[in-house]
Amino acid sequence: MAGKGLGYEFKKGLWQELPPFRLVLGTCPALAVTNSVVNGIAMGLATLFVLLGANIMVSLLRRFVASQVRIASYIVIIALLVTVTDMFMAAFFPPISKALGPYLPLIIVNCMILGRAEAFAQKNPVLPSIADALGIGIGFLLSLAAMGLIREVLGFGTILHFRVLGDWFEPWIVMILPAGAFLVFGGLVALVNYISSRKAAKAAETARV
Amino acid sequence: METLGTLILIFISAALINNFVLTYFLGICPFLGVSNKTENAVNMGLATTFVMTLTAAATWPIYNYVLVPFHVPFLQYVSFIIIIAALVQLVEMYIRKSSPALYRALGIYLPLITTNCAVLGLALFMVLRDYNYLQSIVFGFATGVGFTLAIVMMSGIREELEFADVPRHFQGVSMTLIVSGMLALAFMGFAGLIRG
Repeated sequence: MAGKGLGYEFKKGLWQELPPFRLVLGTCPALAVTNSVVNGIAMGLATLFVLLGANIMVSLLRRFVASQVRIASYIVIIALLVTVTDMFMAAFFPPISKALGPYLPLIIVNCMILGRAEAFAQKNPVLPSIADALGIGIGFLLSLAAMGLIREVLGFGTILHFRVLGDWFEPWIVMILPAGAFLVFGGLVALVNYISSRKAAKAAETARV
Repeated sequence: METLGTLILIFISAALINNFVLTYFLGICPFLGVSNKTENAVNMGLATTFVMTLTAAATWPIYNYVLVPFHVPFLQYVSFIIIIAALVQLVEMYIRKSSPALYRALGIYLPLITTNCAVLGLALFMVLRDYNYLQSIVFGFATGVGFTLAIVMMSGIREELEFADVPRHFQGVSMTLIVSGMLALAFMGFAGLIRG
């Protein structure tokens, strides 16, 4: 782990371990709140903050927590951070907090965060854990924003509430509905598969030459 | 009579119209993970229904008789998740003692339920919607039934999909999600059930 450096830990979250599409973790929020770009970004930022805090705390506590009770203690750490985020959002951004509704507290059970604590932070010092959290968190944020973008453009014809498609455009209502979330998500997973298999094929070719 | 009507309404709405998996996207992880065989899906659904009903029964009094009187409802997330984790543990211990056969069937799924967001979501929705005690229990049970329904249907479709000729890049998760989208569209048909 130590040999790979901070840059690697950061970068892997952006493509190699891109959370929702590659690891299929944290799918609930990715599907639920991405009917507009704003909601996607807000959710992504909230998750990034919780992930960062959780990784730092778990990493600092890694020598003190007995391994039998580790999952329970991680959950409590995450739940506290989410409570803080929730109260912060409700105080400073009430409309966004309202739009996200119960999905903000549901960050607690976002398996991605527990997964990073378990798979990375508990075995690594603080700095790599921060890099890991930033990488994975930003990858998650970008994925949510991308899904929000597709669904908002097709469903309302707008981006960030600005009209981008003219009056000729008939909004695809299905994209805002739950079904649209599944369809876009499935399509994006296929796209990521396609790009990475192309990349792998290219890498194999250059290796041969 | 009116209360019975409300209870039935809550049941239908939570199990069919606002199915947790297909309209609120809660419990997607087990939905994708355990839906490849019908037998596993049925067991997972039963275990989850059981835990959900118990969760509703346990979190309601804690919220209304402990957190609210002491003016600390902001502790609800922490306390709910602890209750759920403890409950899952207790259920696991009880089943292991009382019925080893059932334990073998459900064993590996039980710990997974703690991180099933549908269970925590259920507790949060229950508080948001101000249900009374009986309504909460019906709501918990109905949500479980809805989850079981969705996961069992999905597993049936996925067993058929094994023989289908799916384009290479769409295989696996991607196809499952697209099929879920179709299923969600179909479930929207239930929205007409409750009107007036």
